[in-house]
Amino acid sequence: MAEGGLYKKYVWEIPVRVTHWVNFLAIAVLSVTGGYIGAPETLADSPSQYVMGWVRFVHFVAAYAFTISVTSRIYWAFMGNRYASWREYVPFVTREGRQRMLDTLKYYLFMSKRVPNAVGHNTLAGTTYLVVFMLYFVMILTGFALYGQRAPQSVMHKLTGWLFVLFSPQGMRLTHHLGMWLLIGFVIHHVYSSWLMDVKERGGVMSSIFSGYKAVRMKD
Amino acid sequence: MGKRSDEETADGAEQLLDLPRLLAERGVSRRDFMKFCTAVSAALALPATFVPRVAQALDDIKRPTLVWLEFQDCAADTEALLRAANPTVAEIVLDILSVDYHETIMAAAGHQAEEALAKVVKEQKGKYIAVVEGSIPLRDGGVYCCVAGRTALDTARQVCGNAMATVAVGTCASFGGLPAAAPNPTGAVGIKEAVPGATVINLPGCPLNADNLTATIVHFLVFGKLPAVDSHGRPLFAYGKRIHDNCERRPHFDAGQYVEQWGDEAHRKGHCLYHMGCKGPETYHNCPTQRYNEKTSWPVGAGHGCVGCSEPQFWDAMAPFYRRLPQVPGFGIESTADKIGLGLAVTTAVAFGVHGIASAFRHGDKSEGAQEDTDR
Repeated sequence: MAEGGLYKKYVWEIPVRVTHWVNFLAIAVLSVTGGYIGAPETLADSPSQYVMGWVRFVHFVAAYAFTISVTSRIYWAFMGNRYASWREYVPFVTREGRQRMLDTLKYYLFMSKRVPNAVGHNTLAGTTYLVVFMLYFVMILTGFALYGQRAPQSVMHKLTGWLFVLFSPQGMRLTHHLGMWLLIGFVIHHVYSSWLMDVKERGGVMSSIFSGYKAVRMKD
Repeated sequence: MGKRSDEETADGAEQLLDLPRLLAERGVSRRDFMKFCTAVSAALALPATFVPRVAQALDDIKRPTLVWLEFQDCAADTEALLRAANPTVAEIVLDILSVDYHETIMAAAGHQAEEALAKVVKEQKGKYIAVVEGSIPLRDGGVYCCVAGRTALDTARQVCGNAMATVAVGTCASFGGLPAAAPNPTGAVGIKEAVPGATVINLPGCPLNADNLTATIVHFLVFGKLPAVDSHGRPLFAYGKRIHDNCERRPHFDAGQYVEQWGDEAHRKGHCLYHMGCKGPETYHNCPTQRYNEKTSWPVGAGHGCVGCSEPQFWDAMAPFYRRLPQVPGFGIESTADKIGLGLAVTTAVAFGVHGIASAFRHGDKSEGAQEDTDR
């Protein structure tokens, strides 16, 4: 490994890191509160308590935080640096990107010894995040559609009511619920891959989501 | 239709009733009548100032003709109307309507009965009210439901197509209901889908609440038009609010007190049925406030979760009735979403764990570190 010529490069800008951690916290809170809303057990011994009331309140506040965070991140995909750009999420549109995806996949499958170093996202990770963002949209839309059911004449219901043409009321709940499990599956994969790449790339990817800096080799 | 036909039907559509006399004959006091007007105004979400207007409109009523058609039904909506515990003012108001055709209760039979129906359609075109109970089969030319040798579709097109307004009573007439449940062998649909050109108001429910039918007709008599409706053609006064939001068990929901098994302590105490699959949070109907059978009770009040009977395709869309979430399609019937989700999470963790162990032992990887790849 070429030790010389390494320098610290500012890769993840503040909006990227902030939205990453807001998303993490929101998904954690939403999963726990959503799990309770979906399958509640009795936690109160008096009707004057407000357990489900508070759980739902926290769920809705976290939902708004998550929605704002996701929206902000999309805005930053057009305004931020090249590592925050939307182009990072669609590597498959270029021939070079597809080649890199194949190289990365080969590395993951133990078919190649060449570590797929990347300054920003590696190509498979970028593609995965595209799928994850689609999942975010599904969760946000189905979530607000379910929330909007309380007030059928409200703006929220008018914006999301069309979804009930695509989903039955129960199918909507099932989709929202399974989306949570898919996101939990993603989190497991995400943490593992970050750890693996931190070990193998030695670019400090794990700490970069806190600091914003990665160790990058000078251009030849 | 000119003046001539109005005169011809003077004994029908244009006859003024002496309502106070009619009520007195039936032993209903003026006070009871005013109470009824107040209750109906409240059901319609009208301000109290409308009560005299409702009373006035009912006093001055002209006698509109009503025909009641039954197709693929169980006559439960008719039962809901007829089986009231006591003769009520509501019944009398419905008596005000000249019910010229009703298969379950009319005295006429056979050709006589069908002649009466044909006469209404011909002579009062655009002036009578049609009430439809039951769904209409479309498959195989509609042969699965025939009355007097005609298909339901044929009759519905003629009768509802020429009516001033059609009231679909019950979920079958509104959305197809139980006959339309998968696999819907007869191709059953609701009246609006069968006769798209008709002016239809849907009063779903299994059965409908007769109070809502009375209120709809009173609205029609007072204002001369049908009440405002939602996207499913249901009047907002009765279907504008969620069951969950007006439920008497709602405090237990917010508190976090749930029935977890039929007959458990919480069930006996009347706690929330959400855990047991109650569909109140997905269903729009005024059951909690209006209740059934002279406001005696309603399903959730009696300890059974709501099954969402006033929603389109409830038999399929609201299933399963006793669980919160449906089964995941394609998996075994005992697999819940959570079991599959947990399985997914564990599988992911195990897969990456194995990959991680393998990666820890791999040697000879070539890594030069990420290279700056632009001139920026």
